Amino acid sequence: MLLLGFSSNLQAQDENGHNHDEHATEEAHMDDSPLSDHAEGIEEAQAEDEAYDPTPVVMHHIKDSHGFHVVGDLSVSLPVILWTDNGLVTFMSSAFHHDVEGHHIVEASGMRFVNVHEDIYQLNDGAEAVEFDADHHPVNASKPLDFSITKNVFTLLLASLILCLIFMTVASKYKKGHSVPKGLASFMEPLVVFVRDDIAEPNIGKKYERYMPLLLTMFFLIWILNLIGLVPFFPGSANMSGNIAFTMSLAVITLLVTNFSGNKGYWKHILLPPVPKALWIIMIPVEIIGILTKPFALMIRLFANITAGHIIVLSLISLIFIFKTPAMGAVSVPFALFISVLELLVAALQAYIFTMLTALFIGTAVAEDHH
Amino acid sequence: MDLVTPEIGLIFWTTVTFVILLFLLAKFAWKPILKAVKDREASIEDALKSADKAREEMQKLKSDNEQILRDARAERDGILKDAREISEKMVADAKAKATAEGNKVIEQAREQIENQKMAAITDLKNQVAKMSIDIAEKVIRKELSDKANQEALVGEQLKDFKLN
Repeated sequence: MLLLGFSSNLQAQDENGHNHDEHATEEAHMDDSPLSDHAEGIEEAQAEDEAYDPTPVVMHHIKDSHGFHVVGDLSVSLPVILWTDNGLVTFMSSAFHHDVEGHHIVEASGMRFVNVHEDIYQLNDGAEAVEFDADHHPVNASKPLDFSITKNVFTLLLASLILCLIFMTVASKYKKGHSVPKGLASFMEPLVVFVRDDIAEPNIGKKYERYMPLLLTMFFLIWILNLIGLVPFFPGSANMSGNIAFTMSLAVITLLVTNFSGNKGYWKHILLPPVPKALWIIMIPVEIIGILTKPFALMIRLFANITAGHIIVLSLISLIFIFKTPAMGAVSVPFALFISVLELLVAALQAYIFTMLTALFIGTAVAEDHH
Repeated sequence: MDLVTPEIGLIFWTTVTFVILLFLLAKFAWKPILKAVKDREASIEDALKSADKAREEMQKLKSDNEQILRDARAERDGILKDAREISEKMVADAKAKATAEGNKVIEQAREQIENQKMAAITDLKNQVAKMSIDIAEKVIRKELSDKANQEALVGEQLKDFKLN
């Protein structure tokens, strides 16, 4: 595991370095795109006295996108699925020709679409080109509901496929009558038993078995997405578990499961708290807010931890471009390597914490009444 | 795409994928894996329990054996002691009997000797008496060959009778 981390990290350095070089040369020839923040950043880097601004590059890497940039001009095209007023529209993201400034207009089903920093806008009827206001928001276009298979969705599907393959293989080994785990099963079984004995049972108690599938799926999905996010090249590098939509969805699942499993004691504690009646006016709102803050903390924790890891690694690599000397790599690379190895730990740790807290919340909801 | 604004598309795909993944893994992975693990744990526990039981039984058997051995040893000791006592008693008895028998034999022998002695003495007495009478007869016959001597003797005898 550690070796893998080292090698993938070294590749990360190469990859990132390479990408930036490519970007730099590419952008240098694209003087006809003055509106681009990205291009401005790079242009500033090209200018002698101006400082290089790593923010656009970092933000580009940690956010979702409609295509999967592999290396240089090579990228994997992903399907764009839009729900417009006139129904479902689909086309491949390659139709935008890597344009994220809203210049390239894609016509599909009689509607015109542009990609503005990975947000897809539908041009209003009659509009020939997207126009921006002072804050760089399109004024003559609306946003359709975007159900595209983006980089993150692709990664999620990939992770799900990997999980299915791993655990169905493991399960089939048991079905064949091998009561003693061998190979993959002997590696995965301690993890499954860990979730059962160290996460589910101590936090939930006797009724833990009902929640095992949920906790196991959460734990392994978060973990594998964290790990895929650390792989710096295709098909990794997507910051899925550091995406607020992903963490929010999981947190909402935790919220729903917790409250739907809540027993009489749990609701009594919230709606009729064991305090003097005069305090109920304060306590009941606090308890009700508490229902929401717990999953909210889960959402923010995972999002912030994973995104922060990506930002640190990218920022360290950006130091090379800020100082405009390859010699900076001697500092950046060891630091980025150190952070990446740390992130390997964080990947498992955050999956553990998310699952453990979910189990804890469920545990408080199903606990036997002690009062 | 803003960093902290959740995208509806991603929420949709995450939820759908997670629910499908949960269903698939629960049915085809978690259930069989957890069941296998649980079954194995149960069988291990059973095996341990029966091993404990066997050990206990073994212990019991061992202590039983020891008890039996101890009993046997005690019995053996008892038998040996009895045997020794009996043999000693027998020897003592035999000795006593032998002594008694010996004494009896000696007694009998002594008695017989006494008897024989008495018989011999009697016989001797008779012999001596007979011999004395013979001698006396011969002497008397010789003495009494003349009349004077006879008379002297008779007179002497008569004197003696008086004295008696």
